[in-house]
Amino acid sequence: MSDFNIQYVAKLARIDLAPEEERRLGAQLGNILGYVAKLKEVDVTGVEPTAHPFPLVNVTRPDEPAESLSHEEAMRNAPSKAGGLFMVPKIVE
Amino acid sequence: MAGVSMLRQLNISGLTERLARRECSARESLQACFDQIAQVDGTLKAFLSYDVANAEAQADEADRLLASGVTHREKPLLGVPIALKDVLCHRGQPCGCASKILQGFVSPYDATVVTRLKEAGAVVFGRLNMDEFAMGSSTENSSAWTTVNPWDPTRIPGGSSGGCAASVAANECFGSLGSDTGGSIRQPAALCGIVGLKPTYGLVSRFGLVAFASSLDQIGPFTKSVGDSATLLQAIAGHDPRDSTSVPQPVPDYRKALGGDLRGLRIGLVREFNVGGVDPEVDTAVRAAVRQLESLGAETVEVSLPHSDYAAATYYIIAPAEASANLARFDGIRYGLRVEGRDPAELNSRTRGAGFGPEVKRRIILGTYVLSSGYYDAFYLRAQKVRTLIRNDFLKAFESVDAIVSPTTPTPAFRIGEKTEDPLQMYLSDIFTISCNLAGNCGISIPCGFTGARSDVPRLPIGLQILGKPFGEETLFRIAHAYEQSTGWHREHAPMA
Repeated sequence: MSDFNIQYVAKLARIDLAPEEERRLGAQLGNILGYVAKLKEVDVTGVEPTAHPFPLVNVTRPDEPAESLSHEEAMRNAPSKAGGLFMVPKIVE
Repeated sequence: MAGVSMLRQLNISGLTERLARRECSARESLQACFDQIAQVDGTLKAFLSYDVANAEAQADEADRLLASGVTHREKPLLGVPIALKDVLCHRGQPCGCASKILQGFVSPYDATVVTRLKEAGAVVFGRLNMDEFAMGSSTENSSAWTTVNPWDPTRIPGGSSGGCAASVAANECFGSLGSDTGGSIRQPAALCGIVGLKPTYGLVSRFGLVAFASSLDQIGPFTKSVGDSATLLQAIAGHDPRDSTSVPQPVPDYRKALGGDLRGLRIGLVREFNVGGVDPEVDTAVRAAVRQLESLGAETVEVSLPHSDYAAATYYIIAPAEASANLARFDGIRYGLRVEGRDPAELNSRTRGAGFGPEVKRRIILGTYVLSSGYYDAFYLRAQKVRTLIRNDFLKAFESVDAIVSPTTPTPAFRIGEKTEDPLQMYLSDIFTISCNLAGNCGISIPCGFTGARSDVPRLPIGLQILGKPFGEETLFRIAHAYEQSTGWHREHAPMA
């Protein structure tokens, strides 16, 4: 996979990599991509893709209010919160 | 039967008989687990943590119910200690997926399987070690530590549910629940010499299971016997409105499938699985198991799964693709680890760089790549089409047979560190288990013998895999139970047990 650019894909995936990790993961992923390329041998003409083994479509339920998590419980694992809100760095100047 | 000190060696049906006769209490049963954990877990390292007070309160409640006359007919698991893989939510308990990024996370609710275990009277306790986010085959990818194999502490217990298998094999609990995305229940069960079941996709609710690859993941039980597997599946199976992929159909009585011979059943042997790379002792044990199934009345025939050779490549595109989407939620904002940054994107990237281990990074990056613009059709869409062909192979094979048998793994438990340097080799250790997840079928691994005929190999368990039709669990149990009862491998105890 000559066109696999680990820096670019890691950026898309939002994962910071140290230079040593980049080198190591890049080489390993090159091997793995080389292996999975064997799927190119398979004739898939006219074959429909499978996203789920047993697709159930339009699964709905009645719109009835039921017990749910409290605001406090839903936020209990937030690493930074204030006033019942998740805190993030400034987005707009 | 011996006194309370031997309680831990009972299986679930043996324990419930004693609980029902009031020969022991739920509290004593739980204490037997704690005592065994104290005895062996310093070496085994199956448990990441356990909450003694919470478990004791559940056991005391079970004892109150038993005293008030509640029977195991009403609550089949009343007083039975069952432990959980660290990927299942248990309200008020940590759920970390053996990852640094979820350190300190406390579940705000119960997974549906946990709710159902509790409704059945089980004492649900403990967090069992695993490969980080269920990605791996050895538990070496845990951010905490590597669990060892109770048959040989220099070897891996399998993975990703290594803690689940090791703890049951070492009698630290009476059963456990894990998850199987490409073999993560069957493979460690095989390598630790116990029973592991991957139910049909959609039979068991995934609500409260931290998602890895949503179209492949299924929760299932680890037990000391086939009968116990049926009992645990009975407790957790069935439609759940909170999982839109759970199938709305009635659950049969699985225990009714136990007993009897195998006359009239046709069992398939896969032509394409007859490849090199299978350890000779594994091969010998599985061939003997096939003869045993024949002697019990089954007819064996060769079947073909022509696209088997493409299953690993298909899996290692689809599973990482789904993982890259599912694990996008670990953003350093809503829960878990947070490493500050100047803006949200930098915060995300730093948090994920610091919080995920190497295998998780490898798979997220692989998944991101195969879904990225320009590569989607060549990799992801093509893999989904090959998945259709793999699924059709199974459907066709199941037109002529009731089940398929194979080794669960090509080799017995390998040594700690043996495959960590080469992820591709680690991936290829799953070749017999992954196609079942791609097709959505059910599969079970049961003990079928041991290595050790040669003096240079220790005595290690070997697993027989039985694959069934979609929702064919009753047939799996019938075959597995008949085999188990006629051989007795399940009565062998690991040295640490």
